[in-house]
Amino acid sequence: MEIASATYIEEKLKAPVPVESCRFHFPLLRRQVNGKPLIYFDNAATSQKPQVVIDAIMRFYHEENSNIHRGVHYLSTKATEAYEEARVKAQKFINARSIEEVIYVRGTTEAINLVAATYGRKNVNEGDEVLISAMEHHSNIVPWQILCEEKKAILRVIPMNDDGELLLDEYDRLLNDRTKMVCLAHISNALGTINPVKRMIATARARGIPVLIDGAQALPHIKVDMQDLDCDFYAFSSHKMFGPTGVGVLYGKKELLSAMPPYQGGGDMIKSVTFEKTAYNDLPYKFEAGTPNIEGAIGLGAAIDYMKRMDLDAVAAYEHELLTYATTQLLEISGLRIIGTAKEKASVISFVLEGIHPHDIGTILDYEGIAIRTGHHCAQPVMQRFGVPATARASFAFYNTKEEVDVLVKAIHKVKEVLG
Amino acid sequence: MSLLRELYQEVILDHNKNPRNFRVMEGATKHVEGYNPLCGDHYTIFVKMDGDVISDVSFQGAGCAISKSSASVMTSLLKGKTKEEAEQMFNHFHKLVKGELNAEENLETLGKLAAFAGVSEFPARVKCASLAWHTLQAALHDDAQTVSTE
Repeated sequence: MEIASATYIEEKLKAPVPVESCRFHFPLLRRQVNGKPLIYFDNAATSQKPQVVIDAIMRFYHEENSNIHRGVHYLSTKATEAYEEARVKAQKFINARSIEEVIYVRGTTEAINLVAATYGRKNVNEGDEVLISAMEHHSNIVPWQILCEEKKAILRVIPMNDDGELLLDEYDRLLNDRTKMVCLAHISNALGTINPVKRMIATARARGIPVLIDGAQALPHIKVDMQDLDCDFYAFSSHKMFGPTGVGVLYGKKELLSAMPPYQGGGDMIKSVTFEKTAYNDLPYKFEAGTPNIEGAIGLGAAIDYMKRMDLDAVAAYEHELLTYATTQLLEISGLRIIGTAKEKASVISFVLEGIHPHDIGTILDYEGIAIRTGHHCAQPVMQRFGVPATARASFAFYNTKEEVDVLVKAIHKVKEVLG
Repeated sequence: MSLLRELYQEVILDHNKNPRNFRVMEGATKHVEGYNPLCGDHYTIFVKMDGDVISDVSFQGAGCAISKSSASVMTSLLKGKTKEEAEQMFNHFHKLVKGELNAEENLETLGKLAAFAGVSEFPARVKCASLAWHTLQAALHDDAQTVSTE
């Protein structure tokens, strides 16, 4: 057997990935569940990982594992390089101005908590208002609630219509001189709605109000461009965009980040420490205390490399086609209602079946090898808004197919047969 | 299909569609809410005690087929039972859904509860099956006002 040369592999890893064949790069998708080929429709919870991401993490532990920064030995230099290269990849991928604006965090949740605990604590005071939307994930509600409680500030909520679209007139009305922060999901995890964040950012910023965007669901589906969006903060997780869990990015505008107090204290976030005083490190390290998730960052870098080999416009078009197809097929099932029917939607379908609880749907679909999510999707206020205790949610990635949707539809008929 | 059929047995489907003792009880000695935040199952269990005897028991709320039928079967079995008997039943049920008790060997003890034997093959559903029972326990023990299985 001939061993492929390093250059050959490298060339191969740069080759474009057409959306039709990307599926073969995800080893987990080849497995069976309950004796049936796995159909993975739980991508809004977490995505599967391509072989290149798995390899990058393996390679790090096989060849380069070491702690980063300050080490003078060979491995530490190599690990630091790989870790920082991944930051550059992330910076370019989201078109941030510099790496100083790209802070590694554990994920979207930590990113939002970081902003609430630092920027929020410094700038939100008694009687001030923080504005969020009715379709936020708990991670973009609770940190602001904690802050508002501590500061005796007020949490206000932008309402939505029955399709799951934010009411922009209401939004404009809610912005006022007491509004100190606007926090919005780019794409709703429970409804799939793509919010008009660019327009909403512009309105808030025109009044001098900073905006944080929860981009956890956006990165795997659409191109995001920090300079084009012009938001102040943007948070996302690696694991939803085909990278490993436990790492994510907080993007922040440099002038805001510079003025913010640090989040956690510890190693790496300092320049010098005496018992009298500590000088904090420069951006982005000021917000990165302790040994970080090195292999996670490297895995995220590999995921970004992989996504860059895809034509993201083609991916968006393909996912839209999949969404339209699935929506049409599902609506033909009597008693099935889709929750979240916004005009602008990502490939997420939340649905309920008359007389059948989502949890029972989930169990029967699982028996057919289909992984969907059932429950409140960490968005209980959304469930309350639509008057349902829970929904079943099928969320698609670019590796899903129409044939898989057909199997889902058949399986839902089976659910009705068993429980009808 | 067989494992699924074992989970969704006729008894379970019947009690899900036509839940017994599905009503708010006037003059209940105690009512306790049970909640499974993960899936949104939410019930209130009402008990009327006559000394140590459960003279009446009913429930209200919404949830999946497993949780609802479990609550229904439970209420249909407990009327007239003493606290101690109820507790014993809960013990058997708990062991059954966790796969620690063979249904076929204990058919006599288990009675209708045996219908829930299939739950043990679906670990994610054990919580659904035991929600009503945990809630009842709280009602009998006079402790919490709300029970959560998370």
